[in-house]
Amino acid sequence: MDLFIQLTLTGLTNGAILALAALGFVLIYKSSDVINFAQGEFLLIGAYVIYAMVVQFGLHWTLGMFLTMVVAVALGVVVERLVLRPMIGEPIISVIMVTIGLSSLLKAIVSAIWGNVPRAFPSFIPSEPVSILGATVGEDRLWSILIAILLLSIFTLFFRRSKEGIAMRAVADDQQAALSMGISVKKIFAWAWSIAAATAAIGGALVANIVGVSGELAGFGLRVFPVVILGGLDSIPGAIVGGIIIGLLESYTGGYIGQGLNQVLPFVVLIIILMLRPYGLFGQEIIERV
Amino acid sequence: MISGIFHSSYEKDMALRRTHAQKIRLVILFLFLLAFPFIFRENRYYLTLANQVGIAIIGAIGLNILVGYTGQISLGQGGFMAVGAYTAGILTARLGMPWWASTIAACFATALVGVLFGIPSLRLKGLYLAIATLSAQVIILWIVTNWGAVTGGVEALVVPNPTLFGVRLNSDFNFYWVTWLLVLLVTIATVNLFRTHYGRAFIAIRDQDIAASVMGVDLFKYKLLAFAISSFLVGLAGALTAHYRSIVTWERFTVDVSVLYLAMIIIGGLGSVTGSFLGATFMTLLPALLTNLGRAARGTFPAIDSLLPFIQQGTFGLVIILFLIFEPEGLNKIWRNIKDYFRLWPFSY
Repeated sequence: MDLFIQLTLTGLTNGAILALAALGFVLIYKSSDVINFAQGEFLLIGAYVIYAMVVQFGLHWTLGMFLTMVVAVALGVVVERLVLRPMIGEPIISVIMVTIGLSSLLKAIVSAIWGNVPRAFPSFIPSEPVSILGATVGEDRLWSILIAILLLSIFTLFFRRSKEGIAMRAVADDQQAALSMGISVKKIFAWAWSIAAATAAIGGALVANIVGVSGELAGFGLRVFPVVILGGLDSIPGAIVGGIIIGLLESYTGGYIGQGLNQVLPFVVLIIILMLRPYGLFGQEIIERV
Repeated sequence: MISGIFHSSYEKDMALRRTHAQKIRLVILFLFLLAFPFIFRENRYYLTLANQVGIAIIGAIGLNILVGYTGQISLGQGGFMAVGAYTAGILTARLGMPWWASTIAACFATALVGVLFGIPSLRLKGLYLAIATLSAQVIILWIVTNWGAVTGGVEALVVPNPTLFGVRLNSDFNFYWVTWLLVLLVTIATVNLFRTHYGRAFIAIRDQDIAASVMGVDLFKYKLLAFAISSFLVGLAGALTAHYRSIVTWERFTVDVSVLYLAMIIIGGLGSVTGSFLGATFMTLLPALLTNLGRAARGTFPAIDSLLPFIQQGTFGLVIILFLIFEPEGLNKIWRNIKDYFRLWPFSY
């Protein structure tokens, strides 16, 4: 029973971080129909920038976090303007490929600056073990869950209530109609990319706090796919539920069946979901007409 | 004065090589490939590159049949190559099968696996299919690294040198003939495939699959056939890698390889055999070129040695982005533009 609670807590933490990474992914897909293969690299950059701010420049972590967000937003805007905007109207394979190229370029830049050696991250969140219901879990993991829940609720509210959020949903629904209502689609795309980069940066900082900073963090870019397909590519609640389910699945298979299997099982689930329900649990079903 | 290429009969229009210039270029290319190993006989480095380019061309043509001609985006190339390489390697190293037999077996095994992972293509397209094939890649590589009893797991699988008519093909010079003979066969087969009704069905599916099915193209059959033919060639490329390197390791078949091959056919030109040639050559020679530039610049910038892998990776990404933004139709289009320019040269107006 202890093991069960332990695994559940680990799974929930991983799930929360996966959900954050998936959230940025869904945001971009929702507003601009672009699949962002560079999401893992955004996470990586977030982790390294906050590492540089806190360790190399010796800033307080709150200021460091704030500056990291500024960098992430700037990165999102630049990427959207320089790389993605020329791709509007191009076939889907070009759009996929350009984000793959982007991921390779960003990863190379990060490794050229910081090297390939994993670095310990001075936890700004206390990581003393806390025991809950007989299971012990690091305090930082609990904070991660909390921060993820907080961010996800803010975004849900943002999309429901704020003007920009509603404009983003309008663009996602129909770009032409949104344009004719006076919404600047270009501005919305820039919004989507910067928010995605910012959420990924927060996710990166959280992961860095738990496992340290290394090139491995970019692996989240691949792990996000089962999450978004399970939840539905265009659904924010889907990203949350998908993240938690995949996080728990990885944790339980890792704990009960054996390490190793937990890396591949999410992808098996992915294929099954694609065969049965390609639009995911909460995604919108698209009917194709000729 | 000609203003374009015109054909006055259907036979001429359907011919493989339609103009004199094409025939002359082909003869020059053929002679160059024949002379190449003799010119660089002492230079192992160039022969190694030539073999790598040849294997990459076979793999790129295979992927192009699926992605460029049939429009089914695949991110599973690395996984399929792994199936080919490991099937060939295991059959030869553990069961003592001759290398050519294990290569043929590897092609069929890969075709079978390709069909298996192609089944989702009936319901999925575009983005979703890309993600499905990406998971095929992850699953295949996981099986390879975790099924240690058969594949050797994370350890390298050593394959004995191939022999042909009593000659050991352990040198780059000897293997060159195997690689490039197969490149020739694959090229002729592929060019002819798209003159048959199968090839036309593939193209119809790419252009508009629902319209194709209304016109009587059996989508399920032809999509799976495209997966089978494509994987067959990809498996051939994988098997050749195994026999050429005499060693099979899983690191050679990661998702980066899938991305590399996709980059080859996009930079070369989708839906074009010439494009596969150009793209595979370009993407294989680019890292080698950068390494040499790095060596040359070592004197002035001593730090370049440690940065080289990152420069290679960054250039790879940058080249993809620049091509997609400025020349989405790839090297093949640039090549066509050059030909068009010189066709009427010097009176191009």
